[in-house]
Amino acid sequence: MSQAGRSSVASKRQSRAPVFAALGDETRLLLVAKLCSGQPSSISELTEGSRLTRQAITKHLRVLENVGIVRSMRTGRESRFQFNPEPIQGIKQYLDLVSEQWDQALSRLKSFVEE
Amino acid sequence: MSDRIEKRIELKAPVSRVWRALTDYREFGEWFRVKIDGPFVPGEVSRGQVTYPGYEYLKWEAVVQKMEPQRLFSFTWHPSAIDPKVDYSKEPPTLVEFRLEKTANGTLLVMTESGFDKIPSDRRLQAFRMNEGGWTEQMKNIENHVTSRS
Repeated sequence: MSQAGRSSVASKRQSRAPVFAALGDETRLLLVAKLCSGQPSSISELTEGSRLTRQAITKHLRVLENVGIVRSMRTGRESRFQFNPEPIQGIKQYLDLVSEQWDQALSRLKSFVEE
Repeated sequence: MSDRIEKRIELKAPVSRVWRALTDYREFGEWFRVKIDGPFVPGEVSRGQVTYPGYEYLKWEAVVQKMEPQRLFSFTWHPSAIDPKVDYSKEPPTLVEFRLEKTANGTLLVMTESGFDKIPSDRRLQAFRMNEGGWTEQMKNIENHVTSRS
């Protein structure tokens, strides 16, 4: 493995597992889908068309907010939620690095068995 | 992009040769660059020391899962567990699988590493098959998919 490659992702490691976990839920994926397609939305807007209560939607939004996928801002009496792509991009970069490490290891294996 | 990494590589060597390179702990250590304490045994922890120059302080630790001769070798581990101060044991491990198949010229090796997340498999591909430019479109796909199921 390319250990040098590994060290560059180590610093981000702590925040990665929770991002995966936060996305591991159908309601939250749907919320992300709604939010990333446009404007910051209020809880009422995000609850529309859902069978879930405001409280349940709020709870899911907080999970997303805790890992940085969603940001909230208050405007007047209402909170609006906005999508932030960075945490998910971080995951992508991480997986690209792990993938690259395997390419290197398997190419060493190839030389090893074809000798 | 997916949370599952898959590599396919053609090796010009018989299946038996590749099997040995994967499952003999000394041979595995040669190409993987790790000095392992003892033979791989399914269900048991494999420990050792990384031998990659400059990173010898790193430990190798994996749990051997399956050894089906000439066919499948797998283990679980914590990828990128490179900070000696961090206890990685509480994080969910990933599963590494090596599958061997005989071909006309040698061996087809299929390596997969999976388990980076706990998203149900039918959706995670869509959730992660996206790039910086294609956000909105990809997320629409997820939305359609999730909506059609609910």
